[in-house]
Amino acid sequence: MSYYDPSDLKRFAEVGKFSKELMDKFFEYYNSAVGEDGALTKREKSLIALAVAHTEQCPYCIDAYTTQCLESGADPEQMTEAVHVAASMSAGIKLIHALQMQNSLKKKGAL
Amino acid sequence: MSQSTSVEKISNKNSHKYNFVDKFKRSGLKPNPLTVETLQVNVTKLCNQTCVHCHVDASPKRKEQLNIDGVNRCIEILKEHPSIKNLDLTGGAPELNPHFDYFVEEAKKLGVHVMVRHNLTVTLDGNPVTGEEKTYLPDFFAEHKVEVISSLPYYQEYFTDKQRGKGVFEKSIESIKMLNSRGFGNGNSELMLNFVYNPAGAYLPPSQEQLEIDFKKELHNKYGITFNKLFAITNIPINRFRTQLLKIGAYEEYMEKLVNAFNPAAAEGIMCRNLISVDHDGKIYDCDFNQQMMNMEVEVDGEPLTIFNFNMEKALKRKIRFGPHCFGCTAGAGSSCGGTISE
Repeated sequence: MSYYDPSDLKRFAEVGKFSKELMDKFFEYYNSAVGEDGALTKREKSLIALAVAHTEQCPYCIDAYTTQCLESGADPEQMTEAVHVAASMSAGIKLIHALQMQNSLKKKGAL
Repeated sequence: MSQSTSVEKISNKNSHKYNFVDKFKRSGLKPNPLTVETLQVNVTKLCNQTCVHCHVDASPKRKEQLNIDGVNRCIEILKEHPSIKNLDLTGGAPELNPHFDYFVEEAKKLGVHVMVRHNLTVTLDGNPVTGEEKTYLPDFFAEHKVEVISSLPYYQEYFTDKQRGKGVFEKSIESIKMLNSRGFGNGNSELMLNFVYNPAGAYLPPSQEQLEIDFKKELHNKYGITFNKLFAITNIPINRFRTQLLKIGAYEEYMEKLVNAFNPAAAEGIMCRNLISVDHDGKIYDCDFNQQMMNMEVEVDGEPLTIFNFNMEKALKRKIRFGPHCFGCTAGAGSSCGGTISE
C-alpha cells in the first residue's frame, strides 16, 4: 500500500476536527481564491493550481486539479503545458543559483 | 469468475445505494410527466461508428430498425396530436433507416419541427452494410429545414477521436463544412446546426456557456466553421460507459459525484417530463436511456404503452421509470438532449 491514501482527499475537511475555526477560515479563503471565477477564470485558476500541485508534488492536489481542469473545460494539452511551466520554473530556479556558485568560485579566486 | 460477471455483481450490489426517486421527492418535487412536447424516436441501432460512450451500443453490426408500419404510426400520432411540436430522430445513425427520408418529409408536411441526431461522418461513410452513399444529406437537411444536432466531443482531435474513433474528428470537420456551405449554423434561424459536447471520461461537463465560447472561437479560427449552440451533456452511467467505469474501478466514485451534485432546479426540468421515447419495435419509454436498459418500458394500467395503443391521456398518467442512472440528468447544471437544464 502506498503511503498516501487517495480516499483521504474526500476527508480533507476532517482536518478541522481540531481548531475548527481556523480550518473554516481556510476553506472560505481557499474556495473563494480557487473555486470561483474572478479576474481569472475558474479554468485559469485550475491550471495554475495544477502547476502548483506538481511543484509541491502533492498527489491529492494532482488528482483534485486534474478533475477540476477537465470540469472547467481544459484539455490534456493545456494541462501538460501548465506542468511544463511548473517544471521549467523549477529548473530555472535551480539554474539561477549557479550564479551563487559562480560568486562563491570568485571569492575563492577560482573564477 | 469472469470479468463481466464480477462487474455485474459490483454494479448490482451498489444499485440500491443510489435511490433517485427518494432524492427527487425529498427536494419537494413531484416526479410526474407534464406534457409530451417531443416524440423522440430511435429509428435504428445501426451506426457507421462504434463510440466508446454510446449508450445505445450502436455499431455497424446492429440490425434493429423501425419498420414502415412503425414510421407510419408515428406520423399518425403526430397528426392526431398537434401538441407534440417536435420529432427528434435518433439512433444509431438515424439516416441509415431506409424510411428516414420519408419520415422527415411526412413530419415536415404536418408542420412538425424535426431534429436529427446526426453523427456527421455518416454523410461521408455512407451505409456500412449496403455501401449506399449518403452525401446528399446536407442538401436534404437544408431542403427540409431539419435541425441538425451533432456530437462533437471537443474542438480538438484528441478527445473527439478518443471517444468516437480514429479519424472521426477530421471527417466531422469536413462534414460540418458541407453543412455550413448549405447555410447551416450561419445565422439563418431555419437552418440550425447545434453541437453536443460530452466529457471524455468520468467527470462532469464544464459550463456550457463558457465551452460554447471556446468551441466557437477555436472552430472558427482553425477551420472557419460556424454553428448555433453547444449542448453540454453528462455521460450517463449505462451500457458501454458503465462497463468502462466498472473496469477502471471508477463506477462508485462517478455515481457519488453525480449524487453529490444533485441539483433540484435541474431535476424539475428533467426531460422525461416533457417527452416520450420510442424504440425500433414501437415500445414507449421515458427517455432514450431507459430505452437501452432492461425492463424499463412504460406501463399504464398494467399494459405496456406502445405507439400502436398510444393515447395522450395514458402517456400523461404514466409513472416515469427512474433508476440510479437518472442522477446523470440532475447533476450540476443538469443534462438533457438539449444540453444543460439550469444555468
